Amino acid sequence: MTIVQLIFYSCSVMLIGSALMVITSKNSVKSVMFLILTFFFAACIWMLLESEFLAILLVLVYVGAVMVLFLFVVMMIDIDFAALRQGFTKYLPIGLVITAGLLYSLFTVLGSEAFGPGAFSIPDPRPADYSSVTELGMLLYTKYFYPFEIAALILMVAMIAAISLAFRGKRKGSKSQNISEQVLVKKADRLRIVKMTAEKPTSEETEK
Amino acid sequence: MEKLYLWIALAPLIGAIIAGLFGKQIGKAGAHLVTIAGVGFSTIASMMVLKYLVVDGGEAYNASVYTWAVVGDLKLEIGFLVDNLTAMMMVVVTFVSLMVHIYTIGYMKDDPGYQRFFSYISLFTFAMLMLVMSNNFLQLFFGWEAVGLVSYLLIGFWYKKETAIYANLKAFMVNRVGDFGFLLGIAGVLYFFESLDYATVFGKVEAFVATNPTFDVIAGSEWSAMTVICICLFIGAMGKSAQVPLHVWLPDSMEGPTPISALIHAATMVTAGVFMVARMSPLFEYSETALAFILVIGATTALFMGFLGLVQNDIKKVIAYSTLSQLGYMVVALGSSAYAAGVFHLMTHAFFKALLFLAAGSVIIGMHHEQDMRKMGGLYKYMPITWITSLIGSLALIGTPFFSGYYSKDVVILAAQHADLGMASTYAYYAVLSGVFITALYSFRLFFMVFHSNERFDDHTREHLKESPWVVTLPLILLAIPSVVIAWFTTGDMLFGNFFEGVITVLPQHDVLKEISGEWHGPVSFGLHAISSPPFYLALAGVVTAWFLYVKRPDIPGMLEDKFKWLHTLFVNKYYFDDVNQAIFADGAVKIGKQLWKQGDEKLIDGLMVNGTAKSVGVFASLLRHIQTGQLSNYAFTMIIGLVGFLGWLIYSSM
Amino acid sequence: MIALSDYLVVSAILFTVGIAGIILNRKNIITLLMSIELMLLAVNTNFIAFSRYLDDPVGQVFVFFILTVAAAEAAIGLAILLLVFRNRRSIAVEELDSMQG
Repeated sequence: MTIVQLIFYSCSVMLIGSALMVITSKNSVKSVMFLILTFFFAACIWMLLESEFLAILLVLVYVGAVMVLFLFVVMMIDIDFAALRQGFTKYLPIGLVITAGLLYSLFTVLGSEAFGPGAFSIPDPRPADYSSVTELGMLLYTKYFYPFEIAALILMVAMIAAISLAFRGKRKGSKSQNISEQVLVKKADRLRIVKMTAEKPTSEETEK
Repeated sequence: MEKLYLWIALAPLIGAIIAGLFGKQIGKAGAHLVTIAGVGFSTIASMMVLKYLVVDGGEAYNASVYTWAVVGDLKLEIGFLVDNLTAMMMVVVTFVSLMVHIYTIGYMKDDPGYQRFFSYISLFTFAMLMLVMSNNFLQLFFGWEAVGLVSYLLIGFWYKKETAIYANLKAFMVNRVGDFGFLLGIAGVLYFFESLDYATVFGKVEAFVATNPTFDVIAGSEWSAMTVICICLFIGAMGKSAQVPLHVWLPDSMEGPTPISALIHAATMVTAGVFMVARMSPLFEYSETALAFILVIGATTALFMGFLGLVQNDIKKVIAYSTLSQLGYMVVALGSSAYAAGVFHLMTHAFFKALLFLAAGSVIIGMHHEQDMRKMGGLYKYMPITWITSLIGSLALIGTPFFSGYYSKDVVILAAQHADLGMASTYAYYAVLSGVFITALYSFRLFFMVFHSNERFDDHTREHLKESPWVVTLPLILLAIPSVVIAWFTTGDMLFGNFFEGVITVLPQHDVLKEISGEWHGPVSFGLHAISSPPFYLALAGVVTAWFLYVKRPDIPGMLEDKFKWLHTLFVNKYYFDDVNQAIFADGAVKIGKQLWKQGDEKLIDGLMVNGTAKSVGVFASLLRHIQTGQLSNYAFTMIIGLVGFLGWLIYSSM
Repeated sequence: MIALSDYLVVSAILFTVGIAGIILNRKNIITLLMSIELMLLAVNTNFIAFSRYLDDPVGQVFVFFILTVAAAEAAIGLAILLLVFRNRRSIAVEELDSMQG
């Protein structure tokens, strides 16, 4: 058992275990945490496959942004955990049967000769100066530039959609800045010149 | 000459169309003038044709006038075959039709449907001419159906009368049964000979029979093809010529006006069957089974229908049953292979039977449309011409020597005697022989009850009783003349000469007429020969019995009726043929229809198929509704199940 | 050492776990969204494995795009979840059944 295999098997087992915990956990916050753990192990496996850029991307972007978003929402929503506990087992038998069927089909395909070591030979490890970033960049900004731009557009659309869904309008009583008002302000709105005498009436005050 | 044949057929048609479509415009006089002109032209032209063929020795004409359609190798044509047989039939048909046309001017004087009647009888003349002049089976069938149609129209002429409508439908239906057999026969001819043309078919017959072809009628039973074809064709003749058991329509057809009873149901339409069998003699000669069948049917009709004439009280019904009986005689002649004798009797019978019917019509006019003989009697004082002509007709009918009926009837009886078809011919001989007595009995029963014996009508009727106008009595006289004399000139040539040579085929072993011809030495000697033959004495006995029962001792028939009540009931109910037909066929059809309606239509088609499909859609939908739970997980689950299923199928089908 | 089929088996099991999460959960829309993320992760792993063994970097480019789209979809899904909660005060999947026939 080489070190690579060891890492692989342990990572895989942990991966699947935490995935199972994601779906069976009653507490939503715990579910999210387990999902984050799943992503970490997945990143490890991706590193084994020598695509470091995407592994780091997974952790930074996916875990760091998307999972944090999940956590925000979970915290924001006031869920009654007690009520969530019942009702899991009603569809368990039939669900397990279907899942087992699916697994069996997949194993039959994947375990067959078509995907074995004969068809896909184990590749040589990459040379030391191999950079997956460079490889990715070479493709992304030349051949797949158009999809790249469209992906950016999709993100913008998602942002607009999320805001337009969730924003309920300015609430009464909450304080916020109105920049356009601030820019349009004139001296007369802020400054009031008061006519006052220059001298102070101290002689009368101090002789008393 | 060829154009003439076409005009002979078309002249009555044109008359019929003008009278039918423009009846209102041209009025009553116009209608009868135009139709009589048409039929009159045909009569004179037919006599000219007969003269040309017989006296001048002209050639028979057989050609096609118009090709209607060509289907593969089969040509469907309108054509004319004019030989001696056709010419004789043409003269008979047109002459009797002309007499009836003239007669109708007087008989239907006050009827609102005057023009319609003339149109119909002219149309009938056209159809009958097409039938007799045709040279192929298709045109024969056209004429056959057309005369059936016009008969239907005419029997139901007074269409507001319920019994008339019942009668005309009955006639058409029974005819249809016969036509079914006829069509099967024609189909057989087409199948085996591959042509509908007479000349072609008759030419191929000998070769056909030599190969002895057979035909599976019911699975496993092989019948000679010729027998099957001939019997099927004869079934058509049975329907048209009212042989037992398809005879039931003829007595009911008396619901129509008397002129048409004379024209159609005595002289012409009912003889179409006899004409057809004579025309098809080349076919019938080769099937002894068919000939025996024809003999038995004809003999049964001749005898048993005669019995029924004895118990009828309506003057027209007696003559109707007489017609049935005489048709039986003609068919017996055909069955004995004496085709010429059958056709000859057809001709003489046409004259004296039409005469009898028209005379009966004259009596009916005189008695103000009273038809019951029990209310007549002693009319000889009031209607002398009718009386004399009726006497002549009756004498001709019973076969009095020197009257034309004698020559034809006696030859038929002799033919039956000489025929050699075993039991069938023996039965036929005794049947027609006994029929002579019965015929004499009922025809003179009619004569004595109507014209002699006590007057059984009231004074009001007596005041109106007078001889009918000349338009009525002239045809009677004109028909009485041939009833007496026609046989003197024609018997020798027609029966024992070569009048029908090349037209009617008789095989040597069946040739009864040749055997009889030894006894023929001219009309006078044949007339005197009657003294030594049984039919004369039987007829005489019949007349004497009738005189005794209905003039001398009118109380006896009542006593006989009481003594033989069961027989009398049997006769009055016409052997229960009508009841059986009504119960089995008519009511049976109604019952089946009712079941089909209730079960088939209402329950099965409406309930199960139409409403059932709609209801099942509803049921199905209400079951399927439960799949839509609205739950997202369920939908996802269904998708996953589909996916797993599909995946499994893909994997395991490729293994 | 490690054949391609091993990686594929791992991602297959992960995918199945995600599916089980969808069909077995009735009470929590958040679990639903997380199961979707799991399935997307499994697919991504598949792509990376194939890209490595077939020596074709296009697989990694595709993973890039899938990550982008998954992020966008998670964002919008959560926004919808928020709205559902605001209107019904509950995030049980069972209660979203107004399309029942």
